[in-house]
Amino acid sequence: MNARELTPDDVESLAVGAWVLGTGGGGNPYLALLNMRMLFKEGKRVHLVSAEDLADDAYVAVIAGMGAPLVGIERLTDHRVFARAARFMEEHTRRKFDAVMGMEIGGGNGVRPLLVAANLGVPVVDSDTMGRAYPEAQMTSVAVGDLKPSPMTIVDVRGLESVVEAVPTWKWAERVGRKIVVEYGSTASTCQPPRTGAEVKKWGIHGTTTKAIAIGRAVREAQRTHDDPVAAILAVEPGKLLFRGKVMDVARRVTEGYLRGVTRFEGLDEFRNSTLSIEFQNEWIVASRDGEPLAMTPDLICVLDSVSGEAVGSETIRYGQRVTVIALPPPQVFLTPKGLEHVGPRAFGYDLDYRSVFSS
Amino acid sequence: MRRIGIDVGGTNTDAVLIEDGKVVRAVKAPTSEDVTTGILESLKSLGSTGVLQGKKVDGVMIGTTHFINAVVQRRHLTRVGALRLGMPASASLPPFCDWPEDLAELVCGGVWMVEGGHEYDGRLFMPLDEAAITKAAQEMKAAGLKSVAISAIFSPLDPTHERRAAELVTQVIPEANITCSSDLGRIGLLERENAGLLNAALADLARDTIAAFEKAIRDSGIAAPLFITQNDGTVAEASQARRLPVYSFASGATNSMRGAAYLSGLSDAMVIDVGGTTTDVGQLKLGFPREANSVVKVGGVRTLFRMPDLLSIGLGGGSHVVLESEGKGPLKVGPLSVGYRLLKEGIAFGGKQLTTTDIAIAAGVLKLGDKSKVTHLDAATCRKVFDEAAKMAEEAIDRMKTEAGDVPLIAVGGGAFLIPDKLPGVSKVIHVEHGDCANAVGAAIAQVSGECDQIFKDLTRADALSAAQGIANDRAVAAGADRASLATIESEDMPLAYLPGNSVRVRVRVVGDVAGS
Repeated sequence: MNARELTPDDVESLAVGAWVLGTGGGGNPYLALLNMRMLFKEGKRVHLVSAEDLADDAYVAVIAGMGAPLVGIERLTDHRVFARAARFMEEHTRRKFDAVMGMEIGGGNGVRPLLVAANLGVPVVDSDTMGRAYPEAQMTSVAVGDLKPSPMTIVDVRGLESVVEAVPTWKWAERVGRKIVVEYGSTASTCQPPRTGAEVKKWGIHGTTTKAIAIGRAVREAQRTHDDPVAAILAVEPGKLLFRGKVMDVARRVTEGYLRGVTRFEGLDEFRNSTLSIEFQNEWIVASRDGEPLAMTPDLICVLDSVSGEAVGSETIRYGQRVTVIALPPPQVFLTPKGLEHVGPRAFGYDLDYRSVFSS
Repeated sequence: MRRIGIDVGGTNTDAVLIEDGKVVRAVKAPTSEDVTTGILESLKSLGSTGVLQGKKVDGVMIGTTHFINAVVQRRHLTRVGALRLGMPASASLPPFCDWPEDLAELVCGGVWMVEGGHEYDGRLFMPLDEAAITKAAQEMKAAGLKSVAISAIFSPLDPTHERRAAELVTQVIPEANITCSSDLGRIGLLERENAGLLNAALADLARDTIAAFEKAIRDSGIAAPLFITQNDGTVAEASQARRLPVYSFASGATNSMRGAAYLSGLSDAMVIDVGGTTTDVGQLKLGFPREANSVVKVGGVRTLFRMPDLLSIGLGGGSHVVLESEGKGPLKVGPLSVGYRLLKEGIAFGGKQLTTTDIAIAAGVLKLGDKSKVTHLDAATCRKVFDEAAKMAEEAIDRMKTEAGDVPLIAVGGGAFLIPDKLPGVSKVIHVEHGDCANAVGAAIAQVSGECDQIFKDLTRADALSAAQGIANDRAVAAGADRASLATIESEDMPLAYLPGNSVRVRVRVVGDVAGS
């Protein structure tokens, strides 16, 4: 396999870039980053491989943390528990993993696959199944591809280990898995249904770890040289500046176990006398300027701190923050009719036809 | 009400006497190496004016950077035993794991992690392993540790495990100085634990410093209780400040904003504090500085302290001025500064460095130094420098504003002459008497606060808010506030993603006047 060793600096950049790709959700990758720093100190190394370098029959673990970021910041992240979710899957399916990949590149889950790879001594695949962060299990490329939605292992540090052996659909995987996670205290380490090399090649969203590292590196470099970090992101990604402004209001409510709400921004600079509102379900879903829809899922809507260029999450965004909103292009797999059925505006309850902000 | 406020600054120690809402006297003494001599001098100087003759002083409020400087400069720190209750969770990220190595080396006296802690909803995460705590305490005793920081998972929601562990440690080390993380607030184990570790590391310094402050007050002949001002513009009684010195970290900037509010009579305004080297811009809401909501690093350690949200720029009364005519590019003001050497290095004082103060002297704005040394600076040149300073201030103010309309601006600090009477985005600029002692004034008028930050389940929003308010009120009263004067200055609620049962995190902060004042 053609593998590239990830440096500590790569991982620092990955944490910053994954938070940007978290599009408001996914949780800050800081705790996963701290674990990775420890593993580096212990001499552990992680290699990154391309999906195309996987054998068709390679056996690939798909790693994700599930739960409330708020619980995560009390219980912290322990790399061994994520490794246990993968090993438990190996025991359950009586097969050793050849590689590890992430379910979602956005947020803390963008870094967690590295923790497992370092423990298992296998490489990380430069692919994920969301290309960003999304709140639900059926909002993935492998769900769009109708790949098998089971088995899934769910592990808690206290020796609680569950397998969701069989479910008929990805929506059932989400519903049953969520119940277990809530009972565990609203945080758990999971190994999602394993994939073969052939499945990863066909349905994975590729190059996303590399992309996150590039975004993070651009932001960190701009911070160091006191350049505009947002411009730095737009220089490495074909994104689009949507808005610059200040947070005027944040209304949040919990419905069906998700954080939903709307954030309103008032324009600054060339956006003066204009307002933007972004509706969210954990992640930023639909952005409207002066009442007209401007950008919507699956386009990535990223709210960034105007000064640091680092991402701002929907749980922590606060009144008065100065932010810049950009859009990044979505993975192709979500642009098909089937893809939009899973992650388009209607999948989130908005009576809107998807119109890409990049088509105008 | 008669109070003395003291601000221990980098150059001067200012003292003001406030009586029935008025500044009666303000004095300055040079800040001393040992800090307390400067305080004693300023108090003596205040006393020598005769204003204290035969009068009862209700309190001496001191704002100090002592504790934050100890952390930043790695001095006078106590070795700490870290006890975390949360196993088997969190094991890969032990206490001190994200500290700068040099600081951890100085402070870390050992790490003990045992089973315990709670879930977000109050269920036990794990039963508390009391035998393991006693064993840890014995090992700490053997290692000679006398300062201990205890943290537990979700202790802001349920502090019982931390409290029980403190009892058990005290049984083994009766003289131990113990910090429980739940006394330091917020959700976020690592940041809260860091605050606890820093606090425990300051145990000896806090004891000695507060004792020295008390002695300075006694020696000055003033019979009044000592209060220490805190990051959020309120005060703690000496005993509380001795127990929780980390809460006094950022009080200087806060005091200047509170002082500005007091001197101007405004409670909602922008404040610009122009010092010798830097200018701080902040926003007053209901008489208090708006707080930073994000992670604050102190000496390289991540914390979630209540700190004012400030923007600092390199503009002050000692800022270097590079004129266009010098041929080094466009006009430049700051960020370099002569600082406290202004009276030696400024041109009007016989020095060689052109500063903003020289410009003000040339323009006739300030009557200082030797005006004949700056006659070569014509009115147009001075105008350009003032315009540049105003532009820098305007930009900083615009960046800190949270509403689009024009807002009033209070200009304080020794360099406030740089702020013109009219600025774009500002409805009016207010210069106040005693503005150069705003910090000491802010210390003199500090209040007492109480805060509640926790998750409520299965309550209506209104009930959750009122429950939080009750807890915050009780905490303020416990900290010395007069219950009748309590007012809520912050109230924030946040429903929590994924958590069942309509969980909502509520943060309420109340303030009140010091009881008996």
